[in-house]
Amino acid sequence: MTDPNLPETSAEAQSHPAPVFATKEGMWSRGSGDTSGYGGLTRELSMPGQATPPFDDDQADSVYNRALEVLPGFGDFKVLYHNKELTVYVPREHLREVARTFRDDPFLRFEVIMSISGVHYPHETGAELHSVYHLLSYTHNRRVRLEVTCPDDDPHIPSVVDTYPMADYDERETWDMFGIIYDGHPALTRILMPDDWHGHPQRKDYPLGGIDIEYKGAYVPAPDNRRDYS
Amino acid sequence: MTHDVYAGPGEKPADHTYFPQGGDWEDIVAEQGERGDETIVINMGPSHPSTHGVLRLMLELDGETVTSIRPGLGFLHTGIEKNIEFKTWTQAVTYVTRMDYVAPLFNEAVFCMATERLLGIEDDIPERAQVIRVLVMELNRIASHLVAMGTGALEIGSTTVMSIGFREREMILDFLEDLTGLRMNHAYIRPGGVANDLPEGGLDHLREVIKWLHKHLPEYASFCNENPIFLARMKDIARIDLSGSMMLGVTGPRMRATGYDWDLRKTQPYCGYETYDFDVVSWTGDDAYGAFRIRQAECWESLKIVEQCLERLEKSQGEPIMVADKKIAWPAQLSVGTDGQGNSNEHIKHIMTGSMEALIHHFKIVTEGFNVPVGQAYVAIESPKGELGCHVVSDGGPRPYRAHMRDPGFHHIQTIPYMCEGGMMSDVVVALASIDPVLGGVDR
Repeated sequence: MTDPNLPETSAEAQSHPAPVFATKEGMWSRGSGDTSGYGGLTRELSMPGQATPPFDDDQADSVYNRALEVLPGFGDFKVLYHNKELTVYVPREHLREVARTFRDDPFLRFEVIMSISGVHYPHETGAELHSVYHLLSYTHNRRVRLEVTCPDDDPHIPSVVDTYPMADYDERETWDMFGIIYDGHPALTRILMPDDWHGHPQRKDYPLGGIDIEYKGAYVPAPDNRRDYS
Repeated sequence: MTHDVYAGPGEKPADHTYFPQGGDWEDIVAEQGERGDETIVINMGPSHPSTHGVLRLMLELDGETVTSIRPGLGFLHTGIEKNIEFKTWTQAVTYVTRMDYVAPLFNEAVFCMATERLLGIEDDIPERAQVIRVLVMELNRIASHLVAMGTGALEIGSTTVMSIGFREREMILDFLEDLTGLRMNHAYIRPGGVANDLPEGGLDHLREVIKWLHKHLPEYASFCNENPIFLARMKDIARIDLSGSMMLGVTGPRMRATGYDWDLRKTQPYCGYETYDFDVVSWTGDDAYGAFRIRQAECWESLKIVEQCLERLEKSQGEPIMVADKKIAWPAQLSVGTDGQGNSNEHIKHIMTGSMEALIHHFKIVTEGFNVPVGQAYVAIESPKGELGCHVVSDGGPRPYRAHMRDPGFHHIQTIPYMCEGGMMSDVVVALASIDPVLGGVDR
């Protein structure tokens, strides 16, 4: 942004800890002679939320404070608290240790990983692939989200199956759909797609497919080629 | 015994191949009698009536004992999660409802609740909309449990329980059709509320359904609970204890059959469940019979909730069923015209002759959708099968950036080897029925 007529990025936005995962431009007049100024609007998107404790939420605060006590280095992890949900961004080399502590520590005691889902952020350079773990503690009746990233050209994340056996199918699904290789998984094979499939369908660079439909001489484009309002 | 036609060129042919069209069975039996090894590999499914849809099971049998069993998934993978990245948040409901198609309203509810959390309107959903959501979910829970009990009983040869199960379910589906327009795949719950209010005479219809269920639900207990064949096939079969359940991510009736009364409606209430009077049912025994009894008792608990919904709906007639914010609320109220189609004449009159701005707004919100703020959310509800979770990510646009459903059936299938290996071949279908997987939800 060198144009002097455009607003500067605010200091608050610059200091925001969450990385920018996409940049959006005004939806009109891209590349045309637009004089309204809307075409020059640029927004940088990053995950919202409060990055520093206290979060004024007993459950999130007690999880955070206990993890600080029992996990050396936890203070360096990024956290985000948003919509009453706590997200901990765990560097992949620490994932096994964090998972084991989160399960075994009596004050954390997250017995199960309820869900693992991959998310592909193609514009987040160096951390394109995210593996998102939703943990549940039956004992304390609370949830926490762990998020682990890996770059596209080194899509490796350690498996948590030896700590959380229920993650077996989830990791297979995320490998199948996103191509994240979970090191240490007992049998990382495709689960939903056919065994001989090429590619990982839920990545953003994988096309949806579909064909244009003719209607009274005009063509309705396939869903992924239709007008995009976002 | 025939030449192995399946061996590829250069591949070592198998020593025996048999075909279903036969041969001399006496020869085959006599020959097998001479053999020392008894291991048989069987491929069950993906189109087998007892696999609850297109599930494939690969079994290794030693005699009638299962030595190894592996599930094969993905035959009903329809790419719903990928597809809805190209649909608006409201259109996406039409897709997610097709996941677990025996309990479609739960898929809709959890997706809409996740969307509402991102929108920050969780507390703005009108009371009547919440009551209708609870009503349809609980009716749907009864319908889903009836399918689980009916097909589970069919698998051990009891056709009557299946027929009466579908009979009662049909009564519920009739009501849902009256309300939503469709028997399944309703797309009825929408971000912000529900698509339309109860039709004329809807409450009377609901009273009839309640009366019918009161009359017929006791039949399941009298057919099954003390039936010796039923007990022999279900009791102590397909056991999975509490640590096994936690280890493999089991939730719902199978987990409550270990005596642990975990139910998200009580422990993490949503949609106002904390204001309803009902009990969480648990059982001991860790087995298929316990899961059956829990489903049966949960039908009664759901019926209790449905009756409370009826009371509340009587009191709240005419109240809104969609969030007040017009930027989010789809034009919701529909009516049935002479052609059987469902547009509200008043709404059409308003946008076509009354207000240009209303027409623009209608056009924009229906084609473009509404923007959902950047963020991610995970919402979980208690579906009839267990914890149904929805993880959504938004990039601030009118379409989901990513949506993932945590379907309980997907995790329950993991327990098949745990429950079946070392058991009898005939118990495999009992184990499978006890976890009640719906492959539409498993494969998504």
